[in-house]
Amino acid sequence: MHRLLHATSAPATGAFFQARTMVNGIAGICDPLGGLFLPDTRTLVVSDLHLEKGSAFARRGMMLPPYDTLATLRILEAIILRHDPATVISLGDNFHDRRGSAAMPDSFRQMIAAMARGRDWIWINGNHDPDGTSGLPGASMDELRHAGLVFRHEPSMVDGLGEIAGHLHPSATVKRRERFIRRACFATDGSRLLMPAFGVTTGGLDLRHRAMGGLFERERLVAHMLGRDRIYSVRFANLLG
Amino acid sequence: MPESDALTLPAPFLRWFAEKGWRPRAHQLELLSRAEGGESTLLIAPTGAGKTLAGFLPSLVDLTRRGKIPPGSAFVGIHTLYISPLKALAVDIERNLTKPVSEMGLPVRIENRTGDTPQGKRQRQKLNPPDLLLTTPEQLALLIADGEAERFFKVLRYVVLDELHSLVTSKRGHLLALGLARLRRLAPGLQTIGLSATVAEPMELQRWLVGQPPGERNHAGLITVSGGAKPEISILRGENHVPWAGHSARYAIPDVYAAIKQHGTTLLFVNTRSQAEMLFQELWTINDDNLPIALHHGSLDVAQRRKVEAAMAENRLRAVVATSTLDLGIDWGDVDLVVHVGAPKGASRLAQRIGRANHRMDEPSRAILVPANRFEVMECQAALDANYIGAQDTPPVGRGALDVLAQHVLGMACARPFDAVELHDEITTAAPYADLSWETFERVVDLVATGGYALRTYERYARIRKTKEGLWRVSNPMVAQQYRLNVGTIVESPMLNVRMVKRNARGSLGRGGMPLGKVEEYFLEMLSPGDTFLFSGKVLRFEGIRENECLVSQAFSFDPKVPSYAGGKFPLSTYLAAQVRQMLADPTRRAALPDQVRDWLVLQGDISMLPREDELLIETFPRGSRHYMVSYAFEGRLAHQTLGMLLTRRLDRAGLKPLGFVATDYSLAVWALDDLGAAFRERAPSLAQLFDEDMLGDDLEAWLNESFLLKRTFRTCAVIAGLIDQRHPGKEKTGRQVTVSADLIYDVLRMHEPDHILLEATRNDAAAGLLDIGRLGSMLKRIKGHITHRQLDRISPLAVPVMLEIGRESVHGEAQDFLLTEAAADELINEAMGIGHGAGE
Repeated sequence: MHRLLHATSAPATGAFFQARTMVNGIAGICDPLGGLFLPDTRTLVVSDLHLEKGSAFARRGMMLPPYDTLATLRILEAIILRHDPATVISLGDNFHDRRGSAAMPDSFRQMIAAMARGRDWIWINGNHDPDGTSGLPGASMDELRHAGLVFRHEPSMVDGLGEIAGHLHPSATVKRRERFIRRACFATDGSRLLMPAFGVTTGGLDLRHRAMGGLFERERLVAHMLGRDRIYSVRFANLLG
Repeated sequence: MPESDALTLPAPFLRWFAEKGWRPRAHQLELLSRAEGGESTLLIAPTGAGKTLAGFLPSLVDLTRRGKIPPGSAFVGIHTLYISPLKALAVDIERNLTKPVSEMGLPVRIENRTGDTPQGKRQRQKLNPPDLLLTTPEQLALLIADGEAERFFKVLRYVVLDELHSLVTSKRGHLLALGLARLRRLAPGLQTIGLSATVAEPMELQRWLVGQPPGERNHAGLITVSGGAKPEISILRGENHVPWAGHSARYAIPDVYAAIKQHGTTLLFVNTRSQAEMLFQELWTINDDNLPIALHHGSLDVAQRRKVEAAMAENRLRAVVATSTLDLGIDWGDVDLVVHVGAPKGASRLAQRIGRANHRMDEPSRAILVPANRFEVMECQAALDANYIGAQDTPPVGRGALDVLAQHVLGMACARPFDAVELHDEITTAAPYADLSWETFERVVDLVATGGYALRTYERYARIRKTKEGLWRVSNPMVAQQYRLNVGTIVESPMLNVRMVKRNARGSLGRGGMPLGKVEEYFLEMLSPGDTFLFSGKVLRFEGIRENECLVSQAFSFDPKVPSYAGGKFPLSTYLAAQVRQMLADPTRRAALPDQVRDWLVLQGDISMLPREDELLIETFPRGSRHYMVSYAFEGRLAHQTLGMLLTRRLDRAGLKPLGFVATDYSLAVWALDDLGAAFRERAPSLAQLFDEDMLGDDLEAWLNESFLLKRTFRTCAVIAGLIDQRHPGKEKTGRQVTVSADLIYDVLRMHEPDHILLEATRNDAAAGLLDIGRLGSMLKRIKGHITHRQLDRISPLAVPVMLEIGRESVHGEAQDFLLTEAAADELINEAMGIGHGAGE
């Protein structure tokens, strides 16, 4: 709810708190709307938009609300307006399934085109949408090396240095006075960074899950958790567990 | 035997009664004669009155007259359908009915059909139906959604509905009412027989049993059997100190054990699964005589449950600790004593549980109530008084839920293409849906077809479509398959199997191992590997989650990290609450209470005060760095939770910086940074303003929309309505992964289509259920002008129980961010970070 409400009401500038981070020596800013901004190259990274998830389910008989694409794109508009990036990188699982990008209604296509105007736009392919996008501005690719960083959808088990990846939808839980609070998060140990899922109907996977095992040096791992209008940074050791 | 019996009953029955030295009871014959006269009937009788035999007598007599069907005859459908709320009950009745039927040599075939019935047997039942089919509401829904339903139910003569009082008040009751409407259409001569314990409003059940013509109210006949021996109930009076708060009743374990030793067989009832686990473990800790004591609750593995049930039926056990799974009509053989641990929360529930002892009407049941804390002592006393005067507090039959209707509409399309007008006519014959407007019905059909969204983008994916002939039919066979997998109204939180594994020599976890049952996923999310918890009567060590299973190992510890569930799942009933208020106000009614509890109340009178019956006492006091307000409304946990949410909003607006609240059945505590007592004294705001009924207007509306309770309710509605599948064809095993987050869907839907029919259904459900708005409303009305404020300098005796609950409940919404801030602040304070990051910019 936080991002949904905030994105539609937040001004481009103003009272919101971001967290600064460093990945392989490159400075980044974690935005509470769920994107990573790299100021040196004016690059905005978002991941796991899962556009057209509702219609993908409808096709299989589950009539989820057809509003998820619009809601996600509105937040994307807000974050682009806030940072005015020269380059936008969408880190894969841009669509919930292979048919999503072709089946997307034109009005959404136009929204994306307007956002992409005057910017470079990179669609990294994900496991949900390995065939790239159709009828959208920008380039599709499996991986991008750019400004000292590697951008790919699934984190690599062999080469994680300087990697910005998505796929796992990291979330973290803190326990305060017997209460459990779980939020989507950026996760980084300074050598690689895992992006939170940006799509409004995408769930999260806890940082302690075994799928996250071996990706980070846990002593240096920090979860930048998405709050209402700020990022809450908590070290892994202080997360629930 | 009088001559009239002989006139009614066929010879095998008369012989059987004579051999047993019994005679048919008047109400059994009365029911038979009314049934033969074509009337549908409600039979209200206490436990042990021979209700079951009465219910089946018309069928057995009719089938005896029909005689055996020669082999090779044409297909004959079901004669009698018996529906019970519990699988176990259907199985049990089969056992109990088969005995007299075979003793009499009646030509009657009896079979049950539940979720546990193997596929092969189900297929055979469809080809060659038994005369009597014993089943559950969910199975009925599946049967009528089958293409063969017409043939199967064509000659259906009777539907016997057991434990009707407990069925009709829930969504299962709505589903069953819709199923019954369909049965009446398939078999127009159909008669119903409802069996029920005593209820406050029998007319509502009588109406429920028969078809409702437009604009009229039809009622089934009524037979009431009064009497039964008065139960002997006492409240446990042990030597030990009754605790201020908590739900474990640990203090009473030695006395409970002594009672078990003194009786042949004892049934111990508790309100929640965790209470059951704890009680079971505590009993075994002191079970020096190695008495066979067993555990039974719904989360345990089926095989284990069946074992306990069988052992109980054979009288091999001395005691069983059970939750509500068993508190309906199962015949346990000889139970000598019922022990109820924790307060019963409602007089009717208590009466029913006590009815389990001595299933014979002419002998008194014996029961001991074991209150877990001091408020429960008063509640138990009130319940005890109520049982003697026969007071009732069964909730009324609700208005038919729309999510259930959506499920039924899809089921009807699976059976065969339907005409919308005809189906609407059929549905409005079901009492809970008698007022269903055509407009609402159409919206529900639209919900089933394409999700019912204003944005019509899903036409091409429609699950049901209108044919050229104007009939609605399912688009493809997968839709029907999906329906069958997801039928029913019981939506559980996502559960994981619990499996016992062993660590091998290298320290890694082995495969395989014994399944123990299921636990909620949300509970496991709070555990870290190495944590211990109680389940299935064992202390288990949480090892981790692998695929869909929670792996545990034997913990060599006797001090588990026990799950902290706040109180029971049933809120205190209105009737009992009123009784407790009276007891507080009236010293003569307190005479029966134990000394400790009386002393506690006297102390409360000295330090603060005891409120009058119609008075709302509010205490304020400082403690630590916080200021507390405790309100003693006695309206049950749900209404108090809602009140807590609304008060916090108001206090926040008044700038008093509320931080949180906690609710029990009896009171509500709210805490804040600012001095609440001083603020009330200066009338900024006044308590009258704070507790004004207008909080149920805008504040409620605003809060509802963000409430986690509403999200939980939405999930249930969305699953029942078929918007979200619990299980998806081909993906049964990986349900956890396919389940989409209902919370996220709720947020998106509320934002973009706040008037969606499912949100409407959610709000209705929440207001009636989890929020208990009706009860809160009547409380606010009652206390208007009767609020008394006591500004104290320290906590009062009456406040202790609710204060001890603080920290056991979770907060949501705004407060979450507050706590996150704290977590992040700790980060800064603790130590300098090894890597460059900081909060804020």
